[in-house]
Amino acid sequence: MLIPLSHYLVVSAVLLVIGIFGIFMNRKNIIVIMMSIELILLAANLNFVAFSGALHDMVGQVFTMFVLTVAAAESAIGLAILVIYFRNRGSIEVEDVTLMKG
Amino acid sequence: MYSLVAVFAPLVGSILSGVARPVLGKQLSIAASILFMLVSSAAAIAAYRAGVQAPLQIAHWVQVGAFTPDWTLRQDQLSLVMVVMVSVVSMLIHVYSVGYMSHDATPQRFMSYISLFTFAMLMLVTANNLLQLFFGWEGVGLVSYLLINYWYDRKAANEAAIKAFIVNRVGDLAFAVGIALVYFTFGSIQFDVIFAGVSSHVSQSYRLFGTPLPVLEVISFLLFIGAMGKSAQIVLHTWLADAMEGPTPISALIHAATMVAAGVFMIVRMSPLINMAPDAMSFITFIGASTAFFAATIGCVQNDIKRVIAYSTCSQLGYMFLAAGVGAYPVAMFHLINHALFKALLFLSAGSVIHAMSDEQDIRLMGGLAGKLPFTCAMMLIGSLALIAIPPFSGYYSKDAVLDAALAAHTPMATYGWVCGTLAAGLTAFYTSRLFFLVFTGKSRAPRHVQEHVHESPFVMLLPLLVLAIGAFGSGMVLKPYFIGGQFQSFWGSSIDVAANSAMFNMDSIVAWAKLAPLVVGIFGILVAVLFYLVAPALPGRLAQALSPVYKFLLNKWYFDELYDALLVRPSLKFAKFAWRFGDKQVIDGVPNGLAALTSEASAQAVKLQTGSIALYAFIMLIGLLVFVSLFIWVR
Repeated sequence: MLIPLSHYLVVSAVLLVIGIFGIFMNRKNIIVIMMSIELILLAANLNFVAFSGALHDMVGQVFTMFVLTVAAAESAIGLAILVIYFRNRGSIEVEDVTLMKG
Repeated sequence: MYSLVAVFAPLVGSILSGVARPVLGKQLSIAASILFMLVSSAAAIAAYRAGVQAPLQIAHWVQVGAFTPDWTLRQDQLSLVMVVMVSVVSMLIHVYSVGYMSHDATPQRFMSYISLFTFAMLMLVTANNLLQLFFGWEGVGLVSYLLINYWYDRKAANEAAIKAFIVNRVGDLAFAVGIALVYFTFGSIQFDVIFAGVSSHVSQSYRLFGTPLPVLEVISFLLFIGAMGKSAQIVLHTWLADAMEGPTPISALIHAATMVAAGVFMIVRMSPLINMAPDAMSFITFIGASTAFFAATIGCVQNDIKRVIAYSTCSQLGYMFLAAGVGAYPVAMFHLINHALFKALLFLSAGSVIHAMSDEQDIRLMGGLAGKLPFTCAMMLIGSLALIAIPPFSGYYSKDAVLDAALAAHTPMATYGWVCGTLAAGLTAFYTSRLFFLVFTGKSRAPRHVQEHVHESPFVMLLPLLVLAIGAFGSGMVLKPYFIGGQFQSFWGSSIDVAANSAMFNMDSIVAWAKLAPLVVGIFGILVAVLFYLVAPALPGRLAQALSPVYKFLLNKWYFDELYDALLVRPSLKFAKFAWRFGDKQVIDGVPNGLAALTSEASAQAVKLQTGSIALYAFIMLIGLLVFVSLFIWVR
């Protein structure tokens, strides 16, 4: 049986909202923020793939491959920054990362 | 050619003694200024002997459209007479100053200034257009300021100099406006063009608020206000007495003989124009007569030897304007020349007295100097007799001629002038005799150490006195036939325009008693002074007590200074303080300071937004996103 488009969209919207809330509800760990960003990107990817299937257009799926690549790179860089940051400051608590305030 | 040398030699002398002093040294720079003054006066006399010549153009000056005043030396009779008077008197005063300023620290600065003054004054009297005249006019004003303030470490001198400068600005403003109107009306400020065009503007008027104002009256009136400032006439006279803060040779040269007479000279120079403005002439008569009387009353009670003579100068200038006001310009010039000689003599004698008395100027602390300063006493006597107008001294010829002309004019204003002038003649005799008696007769009232120090001045100071005394004695007799006698028209030529209905032509027609009146009043004045200061010395004090209000009124100079202080000085100070405290400190400083404070305060508030909390930033971004998305949806 065929899963209708709306199901995909609902799942992806739920993923997006979970991601967004993950960013600002969490006060503890920066790694959680990065995971939330991944969730948001996945929500977008899901949309791409769903529409690609529905519209019979391969571009959406190709684009998803790009997004995954970029997301992987972004996570790698982000985690590297985190490691360096932890070495310098001894903490990666979100509350402690306030050096940029005026 | 001679007049070129006469005018520019003092400038060279001034530059040499002022600027080249480090090269020349003190003695040599003083010698240079005197040498060039001698050259100037010799050239002036030569120019006079060479007679009237066409104007000598030196250079172009301004050329803007039709406005083309040049540097030109006018060489008519009026200019030549003034050039000779100015350069000779100035030369004598240069010589005198060598002795008078010998104890001063910077005599070469003094010499440089008076040479510069002489140049500016000569520029003024030889001007061929109003702009050049204005150049000289402001030049002498500037040097007058510098010399009143010569001892610049004295506060009184600073104040007097500023006062002189500011009061003169009032007159100069009117003068400058007058010159502008002349150009506007005649299309030129060159004298010949103005005089040729006068008759075609007689019926022309300006309209101010619908009131027609005759062009020539307005111009004459404005020019005369300029003359009032320079010649210290009533209302604008307050600076002259204070100007006595300068060294005495300056009082003699600038504030008695030459500069203050510039106003009279200018009116005489503009005679063809003034003649066509009868109302302005009445005004000149009124101001001149009032000043003659008013200044003489003040002179009677002043105690500073120089101030007495200063008020006398003011009064005598009033006589000159009185003569000019009734159209008797040659008489005004005659009195101007005589006055220059005897007033310079009086001032220099007073300087000699002050020099002898260790710089004491209060006549109440003098007395009995006749024995110790016989020569100065004799000179002062000659000067006083000339001022009182006792025949055959010079003042007699010119002052009586002024009064005769006033009476012969037969207008109400001129008769007022005659009454004022005759009363002033009595007062003049009184204060001059009073001064003489208090200084030279009786017992000395000076402190002992001053008395021991009294000495006759050096020869270099006495020689100019002698020359001036000869002039003060003889100038009246010698010059009368030329200046105001039967051939006065051929003497002055076209340089002075005497109207056909002027009092000049019927001066001899007045009644006999009126002709004698000034002399009788003068002798009466002397007798009163004899009574007061020789016979019964206690009398003046008792009289001053009995008439205390009058005495105080005169002693305080009719409260003119207090009046101006209350009316002008203090309000303008208040306004200046307001402008400083509100305008400058609050508005001009306040706006930039306030903007700076606002910026810094706003940024301090903006800083608080940046908490550094990533979660908060993310939340705000979300809210922003929501807002924009909903706006997008809603608007679309």
